[in-house]
Amino acid sequence: MAESEIKLLGAWPSPFVMRARIALNIKSIDYEFHQEKLGSKSQLLLESNPVYKKIPVLIHDQKPICESLIIVQYVDEAWSSGPSILPSDPYDRAIARFWAAYIDDKWFPSLSGLAKAQGEEAKKAAMDQVREGFLLLEEAFGKCSKGKDFFGGDRIGYLDIALGCFLGWLRVSEKMNGVKLLDAAKTPGLAGWADKFCGDDAVKDVMPETDKLTEFAKILFQAKANAPPPAN
Amino acid sequence: MAEEVKLFRTWSSPFALRIVWALKIKGIEYETIFEDLSDKSPSLLQYNPAHKKIPVLVHSGKPIAESYVILEYIDETWKETPLLPEDPYERAMARFWAKFGDDKVLTSIVWGVFIKEGKEQEEAMVEAMKNLWFLEEELRGKKFFGGERIGFVDLALGWLANLINILEDVAGQKIVDEDKFPLLSAWMKDFANSPIIKDNWPPRVQMIAKFRALRDAKLAAAASSK
Repeated sequence: MAESEIKLLGAWPSPFVMRARIALNIKSIDYEFHQEKLGSKSQLLLESNPVYKKIPVLIHDQKPICESLIIVQYVDEAWSSGPSILPSDPYDRAIARFWAAYIDDKWFPSLSGLAKAQGEEAKKAAMDQVREGFLLLEEAFGKCSKGKDFFGGDRIGYLDIALGCFLGWLRVSEKMNGVKLLDAAKTPGLAGWADKFCGDDAVKDVMPETDKLTEFAKILFQAKANAPPPAN
Repeated sequence: MAEEVKLFRTWSSPFALRIVWALKIKGIEYETIFEDLSDKSPSLLQYNPAHKKIPVLVHSGKPIAESYVILEYIDETWKETPLLPEDPYERAMARFWAKFGDDKVLTSIVWGVFIKEGKEQEEAMVEAMKNLWFLEEELRGKKFFGGERIGFVDLALGWLANLINILEDVAGQKIVDEDKFPLLSAWMKDFANSPIIKDNWPPRVQMIAKFRALRDAKLAAAASSK
């Protein structure tokens, strides 16, 4: 099977792109990675994702699939003979999907809110939100993992991918603010999980190093500060 | 073995209505618990502590929240009259359009066009029209988003078939023009009049009153913050 049948449009710093890469790695799928440049969108991206014009986009046999969690589910279903990404039981699947939606709708906005927060008070409020989210996720981890290493049990799964992709940016936030957000004392399950997740074979080559990501963050925030207001 | 199915909902929530449709289309018996969101029941708070929102489906004592999560659970648990297609690519497309419906269409129409007026409303209309156009294109060659029969995306977007008319009446503003969106307009009629769907719309008079109150409150808040 030719490698070019499977393309992934993305960028190395994006946690959402990482989700797709981890899923492809779990299934041992070879693919062509097309790196999008910061500040510009390729013709292929604009054609493949006319609705959102965003990465990641998976292109399989010329058919584009967009939205990171939809891509992860697609990879799981299209390559059903590989290791499963979603749990097999419908209720466990519902719980995994619920928490993944929570992470995207509530928890991640609180993390990116921290990056945008101006002033001490706003920053503290944002940090509190991130930590509160971690308390909920700690409880979810306990229930989903059932004493094993990952939300998915013995192997990483959908919910591990949904949350774990943000660990790089989490560490950047901790470093730039000089705080601990994922606290082993308050959320021991998650703290242990985070290390194991980052060391997983499907993850370690696509998780950006904190230093490299911190440098990128500085460039990104500088670019945003300098740029004129975006046109719609 | 009795499989107890309960649905926590409100009389007007479009998110809960999706679940009502899915349960009825699949012939699943269930009990309805109506919630007053200004006075949430201890059960709701126990079943959905993270969000404290409806809809919540409780199946044999196990709660599931978030309407699309519930729909997928229902489809996987009761396999008759499938909602999602079998093909993985078609499933991905269905999930994509359902999400687009909530993230973009609902947001741009209700929280964009409907609660605004004047120039702000005109600007919001441009965004709403772009989003509706994607739906119009998606219907090309199909009667329903699901093809020949109602599927996941139809249930996801179904709120349009009833609510658009109500919003247009209250705001005095055409949103889905039949000339601009002939396929979407036809779909709205076909969906609204489909068996099961047509018997489960919330009462129109109450919907008009609710949305009039919402629009008045939002316009007043916007005016007082200027």
